[in-house]
Amino acid sequence: MDGVRKKGGNVPALKVRDLYKSYGDLEVLSGISFDLEKGEVKAVLGPSGTGKSTLLQCINRLTVPDRGEVWLDGVEVIDSKREIYKIRSSIGMVFQHFNLFSHLRVLDNVCIGPIRVKKMSRKEAVKLGMEKLKQVNLEDKANAYPAELSGGQQQRAAIARAMAMNPKLMLFDEPTSALDPELIGEVLEIIKSLAKSRMTMLIVTHEIGFARSACDKIIFMEHGKILEEGSPDKILNDPECARTKEFLNKITEL
Amino acid sequence: MEALIEALPYILRGVPITLVVLGGSISLGLISGLVMAIAEVYGFRFLSMPVYLIEATLRAIPVLVLLYLFYFGLLGFPPLLVAIFALGLRSGAYQSQIFRGAIESIQVGQTVAAQSLGMGRFRVIYYIVLPQAIRLAIGPWTNEYNVVTKATSYAYLVGALELLRRARYVIAASHGNAVLIYSFCAIIYYMIAQGGCSILYRIESKLRVPGFEARGGWR
Repeated sequence: MDGVRKKGGNVPALKVRDLYKSYGDLEVLSGISFDLEKGEVKAVLGPSGTGKSTLLQCINRLTVPDRGEVWLDGVEVIDSKREIYKIRSSIGMVFQHFNLFSHLRVLDNVCIGPIRVKKMSRKEAVKLGMEKLKQVNLEDKANAYPAELSGGQQQRAAIARAMAMNPKLMLFDEPTSALDPELIGEVLEIIKSLAKSRMTMLIVTHEIGFARSACDKIIFMEHGKILEEGSPDKILNDPECARTKEFLNKITEL
Repeated sequence: MEALIEALPYILRGVPITLVVLGGSISLGLISGLVMAIAEVYGFRFLSMPVYLIEATLRAIPVLVLLYLFYFGLLGFPPLLVAIFALGLRSGAYQSQIFRGAIESIQVGQTVAAQSLGMGRFRVIYYIVLPQAIRLAIGPWTNEYNVVTKATSYAYLVGALELLRRARYVIAASHGNAVLIYSFCAIIYYMIAQGGCSILYRIESKLRVPGFEARGGWR
């Protein structure tokens, strides 16, 4: 059934249904549902502590949700060990603090996934790794260690590392929040170029301008719920919720 | 004096035995220390609790008591093995704390990133955590190497014919010369300890990469 629907092309790349997650008494996610079509780019906006990062981590099960379903390409993401490793390897993840492996050169950071998880030969992986580094304009830093790079370069290397796994979906968790202002642009440029190549992406961000220009849809979240979802134009110019308006006013004031 | 020179080869034949006790117990300590550290950091409660108890016990008991316990507990075992077991496990308990500290100082973000690539726990530990933890641990580990080097002298208590036991035989047979002969032993221990440390420091600087400048100080 799934296979037939896949051929039709109308199975969403990502389908999230009624996701709940609590830490003790604190409910971080209170019933999140949304779809992400293939090639679609969605931004997730919202105040800090509303569960945006938890949502991303529940998608590849780095955090196990209490309830709810996550479907990737028409296949449900469940807890079976073998399956979960496979599913994670097909979802790229980029973190606020880059999280590069400090003991490995940039190229080895990019190649370690293909070599150790996908069992690619070293030669093949290096070729692929250099390709990915070229895409993020970092081929001249292939032999540098993470500590020798600027924040922007580290984040671009981290994007290359995720892309080297040839993911079906990319998750970005505030990719520019830890960067100096003058380094934000180079990272957003790379993400925009991925958007142009129709990579399916879910991006938690506070960059309103970027959400407007690079994303197809914006999700506004607060207190573990999706308050509204719509085109950037709609959400940013004419939001339905008072809270959305308030939040946007607050962050554009700065 | 002549008698002393004649006795030297006899004492020196204890050096290889000392080195065997050292090599054996530091290796046993390395393996058991790594296993205990990983169990304490990553193990579930039913694993980490007993490991913690074993480790705490081994650290709390004087090495002499431990040696005698193993000696009388493992009656019939060759003294060399008894010494290696007792000193090795004691060292493992100390080494586990060195490795635990090093493992816990690796940012959690890196293990999360590795998991997000699809690595399982074993691969994350083996490819991401340990290579970094070991770099950080070499410095403190030289300490433990010195401690174990010196602790090998306890092996004479359970009858291993190592350096110190031979020295005592010579002193007893030559009625004196204790200061001279013990000084000779001291020099040999010093050479073993310093030789090992300089090899370890060389390994440390060979493995050093930007971001792991272990001995920084002021800039």
